[in-house]
Amino acid sequence: MQIVVDGVAHEVDVEEDMPLLWVLRDELGIKGVKYGCGIAQCGACTVHIDGEAVKSCQVFAGDVWGEVTTIGADVGGFPVLQAVQAAWIEHQVAQCGYCQSGQIMLAASFLGENSDPSDVEIDEAMRANLCRCGTYPRIRAAVKAAAERVREG
Amino acid sequence: MGKVGKIARRTFLIGSAAVLGGVAFGYVMYKRPAKNPLLDGLGEGEAALTPYVLINAEGVTLITPRGDKGQGAYHVQAALIAEELDVDLDKIKVDPGPPDAAYYNTALSAEAVPFAYYDEGVMAETLRDVMDAPMKFLGMQITGGSTTVPDAWEKLRVAGAVARETLKAAAAEVSGINVTALETGEGRVILPDGSALTYEELAPVAAGLKPVNKVRLRAPEEWRYIGKPMKRIDIAAKSTGTQDYGIDVELPDMVHAAVRLNPRRGGALNGFDAQEARGMRGVEAVFEIPGGVAVLADNTWRAFRAAETVECDWGPADYPDEQAEHWQALAESFVSDRQDSRQRDEGDVEAALGDAPIEAEYRAPYLAHAPLEPINATVWVQEGRVDVWTGTQVPRFAQSHVAEICGVKADQVHVHVLMMGGSFGHRLEDDVVIRAAQIAMQAGGRPVKLTYSREEDTRQDFLRPAGMARMKGAVGNGQVRALDLHVAAPSIMASQMGERQGLPMPGPDMTIAQAAWDQAYAIPDYRVTGYRAPRLAPVSSWRSVGASINGFFHEGFLDELIHAAGADPLEERLRMCFHEPTRKALEAVGEMASWSGPRPEEGVGRGVALVTSFGVPCAEIVEVRMTELGLRIERVWVAAEVGRVVDPVNFDGLVKGGVVFGLGHAMLGEITFADGRVEQENYDLFEAMRIDQCPEIEVRGLENGDKVLGIGEPPVPPAAPALANAIFAATGQRLREMPFSKFVDFA
Ligand code: FES
Ligand code: FES
Repeated sequence: MQIVVDGVAHEVDVEEDMPLLWVLRDELGIKGVKYGCGIAQCGACTVHIDGEAVKSCQVFAGDVWGEVTTIGADVGGFPVLQAVQAAWIEHQVAQCGYCQSGQIMLAASFLGENSDPSDVEIDEAMRANLCRCGTYPRIRAAVKAAAERVREG
Repeated sequence: MGKVGKIARRTFLIGSAAVLGGVAFGYVMYKRPAKNPLLDGLGEGEAALTPYVLINAEGVTLITPRGDKGQGAYHVQAALIAEELDVDLDKIKVDPGPPDAAYYNTALSAEAVPFAYYDEGVMAETLRDVMDAPMKFLGMQITGGSTTVPDAWEKLRVAGAVARETLKAAAAEVSGINVTALETGEGRVILPDGSALTYEELAPVAAGLKPVNKVRLRAPEEWRYIGKPMKRIDIAAKSTGTQDYGIDVELPDMVHAAVRLNPRRGGALNGFDAQEARGMRGVEAVFEIPGGVAVLADNTWRAFRAAETVECDWGPADYPDEQAEHWQALAESFVSDRQDSRQRDEGDVEAALGDAPIEAEYRAPYLAHAPLEPINATVWVQEGRVDVWTGTQVPRFAQSHVAEICGVKADQVHVHVLMMGGSFGHRLEDDVVIRAAQIAMQAGGRPVKLTYSREEDTRQDFLRPAGMARMKGAVGNGQVRALDLHVAAPSIMASQMGERQGLPMPGPDMTIAQAAWDQAYAIPDYRVTGYRAPRLAPVSSWRSVGASINGFFHEGFLDELIHAAGADPLEERLRMCFHEPTRKALEAVGEMASWSGPRPEEGVGRGVALVTSFGVPCAEIVEVRMTELGLRIERVWVAAEVGRVVDPVNFDGLVKGGVVFGLGHAMLGEITFADGRVEQENYDLFEAMRIDQCPEIEVRGLENGDKVLGIGEPPVPPAAPALANAIFAATGQRLREMPFSKFVDFA
């Protein structure tokens, strides 16, 4: 089957029910996408399909319905993702960093839909992902800063 | 500080050695007539160098034996070098170096000695020095106990200064200009005419010089980095998905492994049927390893899936099957036969308690570490050489275990320490490395990457022990008069160091009563007794170790006594606290919160807790509000005394993370056993705090003490009792058992 990841089309020969996560990590070597739980609890595996954040451990290879964007994408083509990464660096969000690819992808998709979120909206959107190191205060600050960047274009 | 012990302990020598294309600076040990097993390989008069900083054509590289589990250990160490070496922080590369007995951690032993942290008399300091000896002897190269900063504080700065002065001497030789006319900056030696020689080009010359060992460390006013906000050196990689962790290792011809191990820990594998697994796509082999089954496949998911289909006949666990029996064993441990320590016994507690003391029983559950990166290790066995890639806090232990399994000498095992996706103590155990080595021995010379599924990671975790406390107290004249604390828990040290590492662990286990007996309170009749419960499930160190249990017990019950005395929770703690830097932490947190009592308004409760662990007094105030959906933790204030805040940005992040960790587990965290197995195998049942429950947290680092201390663990212990005390203030309901979500709803 063919899947398009970060602008590149790949022919992969895998089971229909292999989670996209493992296609990305082990078949295509895209290691920025992380495994944390495999059961939709942590969000470390978050990628975009056609701009929408999905937990890639929950999407079967055979069901991928659009173009996949990962943290490894060339951010030049994704201004929101670029703004989010810049805010994450500015606010020094990461501790161990293992969850942050997923946090960044989740934030980028959310801000793509709502670039002027309230505090409650940020919490509601970002609660899908877990950070065991407890970087939540900085995630909030970075999402707000990224939203500002996005609004300013 | 003690005078006698201190001087001897702080004497160390930084030297240099020529290495290919450059020069390394580091800590020197000489072969002396006294026997030192670390130096057996040396001839008389020869020295061993533990390198800290390498300068060659590639630039400046920090060589560090310490793993980085997310706390910024690499960053902080690089900053200490950069401060003296005059090189830009973001130019320093990091190499975790080989596990080597020459690395040892002299700060770690301070917690293992039965003297309270505020006791800095000669006796305490001397004993800590004595404890240094076995630490060195065992070649412990451990990242833990918040020891990275205290251990590195002087050594790395001196190494940086010696390197700088030696490079200047090299520049003087090359240029013919007197060294006093030379300056340094941005990785270069600057000549009077403004031209410069780079460290890279000077390194080969410096390698031929005697290191300049008379150096003066810069005064705080001269610091460029220390104490100022810095950009953590790993932040860009971790914000762009380019940071590699152990789980990301990829080698040519590598095969992926998964395991099924007996979920009843310590139990045997009586038999297994792997027919289905063997027929699955991508599966290359299924075979037995001690206590379980391993699957080799061409992809992690295929290995996981095949491992799940293996039918296993598991033997019984080597501990009681049901959780109720674990609690029972703890309840039965409060007997003199099981007394492990009584480090505090002041006044006449029995008399003071009288006939009608205030009494309470407290409980803390088993907890998993559950860092977001599941544990993993890659092992490649070749002729005469074994390579290991893994995120570990104990590379030396891993090295010797792998050597034993693979039948080679320790120095033939090369452990490559990788960035860790969290640990919280998880990676102080090297079980996954042992498993990977067992599997690699049967993999025909191919590199094997073993990844635990999240479920396997939790099932096979060495948990934080469950603990129980029975406490009595008395009050009078509006004051706390007596506190008699009895705490029972299984021994972490006997399990972690004794069972798994084969180290003799004589004497009391100081983690059982850690942060219960050594708190800086003056209570007239005050007694703390630790009881060693029988061995139950295998246990290990969990972020802040015994303090995560005892902080809750001590500060929760103390709050009950203060309430019974009719005193103010902050004022009474201040009155009782006799240690000045600790008092200041309490004062600071009260000021930050504009403390006006435990119930500033209707439906709002505030709780105070003060716990000193790893030498760091940490005071927290938690504020909760009753809402229609349940209790909401709205704000937290934290003041911690660390002697010196090296990087305020990193400090602030670690403290907040510690508070979230402490609160989240107090609210939600629990591991229980049924049929000998862990019942909560993944994050759906082993829940953690999510962002929508995270309070506003305000942090202040205090610098009143004279020891430079680490902050990775101390913010954790006060969080649970401060929350329990806040809930009491708001609702009148006293919570004596974690997790609190069993008794109240959180919004
Ligand atoms: S790995 Fe997909 S949600 Fe955790
Ligand atoms: S930074 Fe470690 S899990 Fe989020």
